[in-house]
Amino acid sequence: MAIATAPRVKTPLRTSVGLKVLMAVTGILLVLFLVAHMLGNLKIFVGAESFDHYAHWLRDIGTPLLPHTWYLWIQRGGLVIAVIAHIWSATVLAMRARAARPVRYAHRGKVQGSYAARTMRWGGVIILLFVIYHILDLTTGHLNPVADKQHPYANVVADFAPGRWYVTLFYTLAILAIGFHLRHGIYSALRTLGQQTKRGERRNRAIALGVAVVLCVGYLAVPFAVLTGLVS
Amino acid sequence: MNLTLRVWRQQGPQDKGRMVSYQVTDVSPDMSFLEMLDMLNERLTLEGEEPVAFDHDCREGICGACSMVINGTPHGPQKLTTTCQLHMRTFKDGDTIDIEPWRAKAFPVVKDLVVDRGAFDKIIQAGGFISAPTGAAPEAHAAPVPKVDADAAFDAATCIGCGACVAACPNGSGMLFTAAKITHLGLMPQGQPERDSRVVNMIAAHDEAGFGGCTNAGECTEVCPKGIPLTTIGRLNRDFIKASTKRP
Repeated sequence: MAIATAPRVKTPLRTSVGLKVLMAVTGILLVLFLVAHMLGNLKIFVGAESFDHYAHWLRDIGTPLLPHTWYLWIQRGGLVIAVIAHIWSATVLAMRARAARPVRYAHRGKVQGSYAARTMRWGGVIILLFVIYHILDLTTGHLNPVADKQHPYANVVADFAPGRWYVTLFYTLAILAIGFHLRHGIYSALRTLGQQTKRGERRNRAIALGVAVVLCVGYLAVPFAVLTGLVS
Repeated sequence: MNLTLRVWRQQGPQDKGRMVSYQVTDVSPDMSFLEMLDMLNERLTLEGEEPVAFDHDCREGICGACSMVINGTPHGPQKLTTTCQLHMRTFKDGDTIDIEPWRAKAFPVVKDLVVDRGAFDKIIQAGGFISAPTGAAPEAHAAPVPKVDADAAFDAATCIGCGACVAACPNGSGMLFTAAKITHLGLMPQGQPERDSRVVNMIAAHDEAGFGGCTNAGECTEVCPKGIPLTTIGRLNRDFIKASTKRP
């Protein structure tokens, strides 16, 4: 028997869950980029020639179907859109969350959630500032002491030289911030995309921690190898 | 036991409100938290002062009326326990206890520790029901329900709508409450016809009421007196994505 049921009266766009889904999907795209970027970085251990060759190859992906550097620009465009969508949805949700508690507690209880969960927003801001610095340093070369576009290996070695310990320190802190961001972010994204069992929750926490640790180790291997003279 | 209470006093919705200190003496460790407040109120009444207003009803831990943040934790320090079921033996002689109302834009303070939780009713009105024809009740065996689903639906249905999840959430989100209702109805065959419209309409009502979004921080489930798990929010998200990608 058919009975009259309540119709859907609202559109899902711009609801808090809709924005979360957008944040989750763009976040996962950015994590995939981070994995690819890390694998490329590790070529530095193979040698200067291999690393530089890889860097030049990035500009030739898709050739001859696509002209020189086209693929790179398409990927850059995609990444910029993902970053903007990620930050936009995070900002809208953060403003809503702030407005949702106009009067604060006089006595704040001890927080049960993880440090990673609590620092998502400020951690994200630190990561954004780092990405801007990082692009000016190793992509455009404005802040790099060598800035030789033909030989990125030399740029990296100059960047993390022992005399520029403050660069290495900032880089390390930023990578750790990314690690914390991903530890909660990956778990949270999978939950937002519908993970709903207890077993899956344990698995997701393990995946999030694993990816965060692997990325941190992979990214930090390069500056510390330069610092200790392993790569020179 | 002798205790110092610092209680939020607010004469009405427009009043600014402030924390006020009271000394309570000769508290029995076997009293419930609300009985201790009753004792304070009796004394305040005798002294000609306005008693502290707070919500309470069944005092059996099943109605969801009592709502106070005790030392920064909704319903106090004991897990899976409502304020009315919290006993003074949880505290020590000489303790100072801070008591505040739920803090959320969607839950405006009516007076002292009493807040208006009508926003939850708005969420329920948007989709927390099933449409059923009138007439004789159908044969119970006509709609088989797997035991696992029945148990999970019942666990979700134990939500008493107290609002502790909102009070604890760093984002002032009512997602655990909404997810409990979505899970409870969505696991039942009777809940299927409206499953898609329910989740979208309830989330829209949730946002409209001024609750924040969920960041999966997990504070809510820690303070929930009924232990509603965080996984229900994953179920809500999945239902929401499914409903959104279908044509209405």
